[in-house]
Amino acid sequence: MEDLLAQAVVAAEEAEVFTVSSEGTLVQFEANRLKYLQTKQQTSVALRLIRQGRVGYATTTDIGERRNLVSNAVETAQFGMLAEFQLPASGVYSPVAVFDAGVVSVANEAMIQLGEEMVASVTAYTPGIICEAEVAKGTVSVSIRNSRGGQADYRKSYFSLGIEGSLVNDTDMLFVGESVSSCHPLSNSGAVAGAVLRQLELAKDRASVPSKSLPVVFTPGGVASALIEPLMAAFNGKTVLKGASPIGNKLGQAVFDRKFRLRDDPTVGYRPSSRPCDDEGVPSQCTTLVEEGVVTGFIYDLQTAAMAHTHSTGNGSRNHGGLPLPAPSAFVIAPGDTDFTEMVQDIKEGLVVEQLMGAGQGNVLGGDFSGNVLLGYKVENGKIVGRVKNTMVSGNIYQALKQVAAIGREAKWVDGFLQTPPIYCPGLSVASKR
Amino acid sequence: MTIKDIGQELAGVIGKCDADYVEAHLEESQTSHVVYRGRELDSIGRATAIGGNVRAMVKGGWGFVSFNDLNNLPERVALAVKQARFVGREASQLVAAEPVVATVSVEADRDPVAIPLAEKKQLMDEYNDIIWRTPEIQTSTVGYADSRKQTIFLSSAGSFIEQTRADITLRLAAVAARDGDIQQVGLSVGSRGDFSILQSYHDEVAHMAERAVVLLSAPQIKGGEYTVVLDPVLAGVFVHEAFGHLSESDFVYENERVRRIMTLGRQFGHPELNIVDTATIPGLRGSYQYDDEGMPATRTYLIREGKLVGRLHSRETAAKMNEKPTGNARAINHRYPPIVRMTNTYIEPGVVSLADMVGGIKEGIYAKNWYGGTTSMEMFTFSAGEAYMIRHGKIAEMLRPVVLTGNVFNTLENIDAIGDDLTMNQGGGCGKGGQMPLPVSNGSPHIRISRCLVGGG
Ligand SMILES: [Zn+2]
Repeated sequence: MEDLLAQAVVAAEEAEVFTVSSEGTLVQFEANRLKYLQTKQQTSVALRLIRQGRVGYATTTDIGERRNLVSNAVETAQFGMLAEFQLPASGVYSPVAVFDAGVVSVANEAMIQLGEEMVASVTAYTPGIICEAEVAKGTVSVSIRNSRGGQADYRKSYFSLGIEGSLVNDTDMLFVGESVSSCHPLSNSGAVAGAVLRQLELAKDRASVPSKSLPVVFTPGGVASALIEPLMAAFNGKTVLKGASPIGNKLGQAVFDRKFRLRDDPTVGYRPSSRPCDDEGVPSQCTTLVEEGVVTGFIYDLQTAAMAHTHSTGNGSRNHGGLPLPAPSAFVIAPGDTDFTEMVQDIKEGLVVEQLMGAGQGNVLGGDFSGNVLLGYKVENGKIVGRVKNTMVSGNIYQALKQVAAIGREAKWVDGFLQTPPIYCPGLSVASKR
Repeated sequence: MTIKDIGQELAGVIGKCDADYVEAHLEESQTSHVVYRGRELDSIGRATAIGGNVRAMVKGGWGFVSFNDLNNLPERVALAVKQARFVGREASQLVAAEPVVATVSVEADRDPVAIPLAEKKQLMDEYNDIIWRTPEIQTSTVGYADSRKQTIFLSSAGSFIEQTRADITLRLAAVAARDGDIQQVGLSVGSRGDFSILQSYHDEVAHMAERAVVLLSAPQIKGGEYTVVLDPVLAGVFVHEAFGHLSESDFVYENERVRRIMTLGRQFGHPELNIVDTATIPGLRGSYQYDDEGMPATRTYLIREGKLVGRLHSRETAAKMNEKPTGNARAINHRYPPIVRMTNTYIEPGVVSLADMVGGIKEGIYAKNWYGGTTSMEMFTFSAGEAYMIRHGKIAEMLRPVVLTGNVFNTLENIDAIGDDLTMNQGGGCGKGGQMPLPVSNGSPHIRISRCLVGGG
């Protein structure tokens, strides 16, 4: 890597080499049975350089291709954007714990057993259900070097358990599922299966809802599927810089309900979304985005921050394969003071939404969401009475989160990148097929 | 050493394994991209990648090892076999396949990656300028990406197939803003590596930008059931989401209850409805000669005269369902095993003109273009990039974007008119099992659906 950096600085004023190597094992169950054992190894190198003030960029996974890497990056620099930023010189990184050597030593047999336990528990509860389950583990090593002396190295471990069940009765299909992840080895297959059993229990009976405005409680899964995509776009410094964020000019203003608090936090210990620095070597920080309903910040990488005359928040991400862009590490919505059961008890007629399918397919920038309730329940007189189908829930997050009825007391990690409690919206548009 | 040389060495190793079946994929690719976000060029770059995998089957269990370090391949083969043995607990079932030794050179000389970056950038400049010429445009996205990939497939049965494919995608978006209201319109096109096809979208880009501005003053529809007419682009997304995914046999073959509702011969729609998936049409983004299990591409009727008549298979699903293989096992790249996927999926044309279709509607929606779509097999949603009210048989005012949803078991029945104007859309990408976006295309003539559920404000 030092070699490559040395070659690059011959051709450019500044250069940065980003290397990521990963190794993982995946155990897959299909139709209730063990089906696949997979291992994956991958290394990739990205070279970013600044030549005559412009940014050039090339990547490869081919270890023998280093010389071409430099010439490819030099070629793209003729057209590249003007570099407004400076690569970080040697930084001070606060330790963020993301590696547990225990993950490496978990045997295949143990992973298979975890999968078997999840499948056994769900199929015993609901005969006829067909489960797909996954148990995954692995390590990721990241290494960054730049020509200004910046250097960062860290190693991360991850472990995840997940199960999805489909229950088919003639042409009716019910989908349930749960997954958890950590940097520690996980052994709580019972907790994962337990969450699925709760869904199966609540979905046992069927109920129908009228087409009108109704109160809706989003569970953590519901928040992730319905509300998060517009928030991620709106707090992205790049969207703000381009004037395409509805809250871009509302810093310091109350936009959301006073109960709503949001931050980006890559420093939580042993979370797979955490890391000591971002993909540009900028130290991780916890960034407050909404405090008591007031917009307090946005997330930035180096270039976007420089163009917006502010500082990087350590959110430079290369997840999409190109040059770093601002991206959340993990969104954390602060818990409130209401129990989930209290929210349900408060509703005369309404919905609990666990999964809204297709919600992110509309005008995400404008804050719109509209989707089919893939898993959700009808509430009548304070009680969940059954599962709803053929039902759409629609709204706009700037209206829906302006006045929320309550925020839940218990927050949960969903999909690895979001920690959220349930959120109770007093009125959303519901359309249902007669 | 080229990947072909490496493959030839590997052929000797996988032929001698103690396994029911072993295959390997080797892959080498080059890509380039040009992205504008707003007026400024945001990212321009080149990438190369190399890698491979070995997949082994022992007693019905699969082992899979992927890597991009091409050293010590015999060890990787041994690991894949060991993993398969660890998993296998029953009998291996794969439909019979003739060994194929072939070099597919149809597109070997087509290389969009080699076109100078300056040429690509200039075209993107032109499109971005068109967007920015429109008043009240707040920002834009122009994302171009191309790739050229050489693959080697080899199997313990003696297959050795060399294929090359090129692919281009172009995604554009215009964002308009007024008084804190933000509206966006997108355009997504693609080609099978032919850059010249992307050079003639100037009018469409201008129209896209104008529509983003019009949306700022467009009303939102009230949610509920409507008669909807879909244009060929959106109807193509509809057929992919509403029916295509359900015809992928990996959801069916191990699930007794799904097999019962997906029996061949079941009536799904009117006798005028015919749905086809085929990888055999040259030049479409979902096409190929051999799939990632080395099986020849086919043309498969999924629905014929309204009845379920076929489905898409891998070698394993075909064997376990005792049906003919269709050559639909595809992997997005060497990091994933092949799974059952669509290729180019479309509704065959009927005889109804658009005017006749709209003419009979008192109040309905005309929905065009796509934002996206997804499915849970039974339920699906798809969203229109452009929508208009239909009033008294005429297309009327423009609406804010609409999301439509339905249930496959009654929505296909509700297709009551099929147009005469089949068009294939090359801008799509399909996601399944973490493998996304896989190049596919889909298409349809205009179609009319009665009682379609539409989300609204
Ligand atoms: Zn798809």
